[in-house]
Amino acid sequence: MTPPLAWYLGLSAVLFAIGVLGVLIRRNVIVIFMAIELMLNAVNLSFVALARSTGSMDGQVIVFFVMTVAAAEAAVGLAIILSMFRNRETTNVDELATLRW
Amino acid sequence: MSPLLFLLLAALTVASALTVVVHTNPVHSACALVLTLCLLAVFFLGLDAQLVALLQVIVYAGAIVVLFLFVIMLLNLRVEARAMAGTLLVGTAAAGGVALAVLIVTALRRAAPPATANLPAGFGETAALGRQLFTVYLLPFELTSLLLLVAIVGAVALAKKPT
Repeated sequence: MTPPLAWYLGLSAVLFAIGVLGVLIRRNVIVIFMAIELMLNAVNLSFVALARSTGSMDGQVIVFFVMTVAAAEAAVGLAIILSMFRNRETTNVDELATLRW
Repeated sequence: MSPLLFLLLAALTVASALTVVVHTNPVHSACALVLTLCLLAVFFLGLDAQLVALLQVIVYAGAIVVLFLFVIMLLNLRVEARAMAGTLLVGTAAAGGVALAVLIVTALRRAAPPATANLPAGFGETAALGRQLFTVYLLPFELTSLLLLVAIVGAVALAKKPT
């Protein structure tokens, strides 16, 4: 007996909500990045669960592309954080408000 | 995967994901993120996605989180005094997060579940996935290499010391 599809989708929804929460409440830009990774992974779980229930491999292939985009995003994002820290000596998003109107 | 095991692992996953979000020390957040990603890999194994589970551990836990830890170490971050937003924003965000989870779950309950198909032989194995990747998804796959090249060049250009 395996758990129904809805359980996996529910877990995915909860993890996604936790990721959104992290982006909203944390002020450290690195932790905000980790919360974004958490959201991407919640969606990956949905893809894999739906691939299993429809019997098609397409969902698992999409997970590859999500992982690739996540890796590229992490590399570029962390480089931006590094150069930002070099200029401003902070990773707190409240202090990085020069572009805010 | 039995339902009892699922509930146990799901509780652990949610707990470690919450640790990522609420812990004030970024290093502990990153370690909790590794735990969350490995637990998700276990779920992938239970869903007949062996290769995806393996890649999850190698690429995410092995490469991406190490990159995070490397940057945290490089910036020499410590436990912050003001890690969180103001109390008002935290309360509103918590309420909004719970509302979002409830919204998604109720929307999913109303949607008709897709008919469960019989799994073809070799589902989730490297051969089947590779065949799909190099036939149907050949163009996106090649474009991915371009994306990674741009990311490498961009990361080097951004992180380089200004001359």
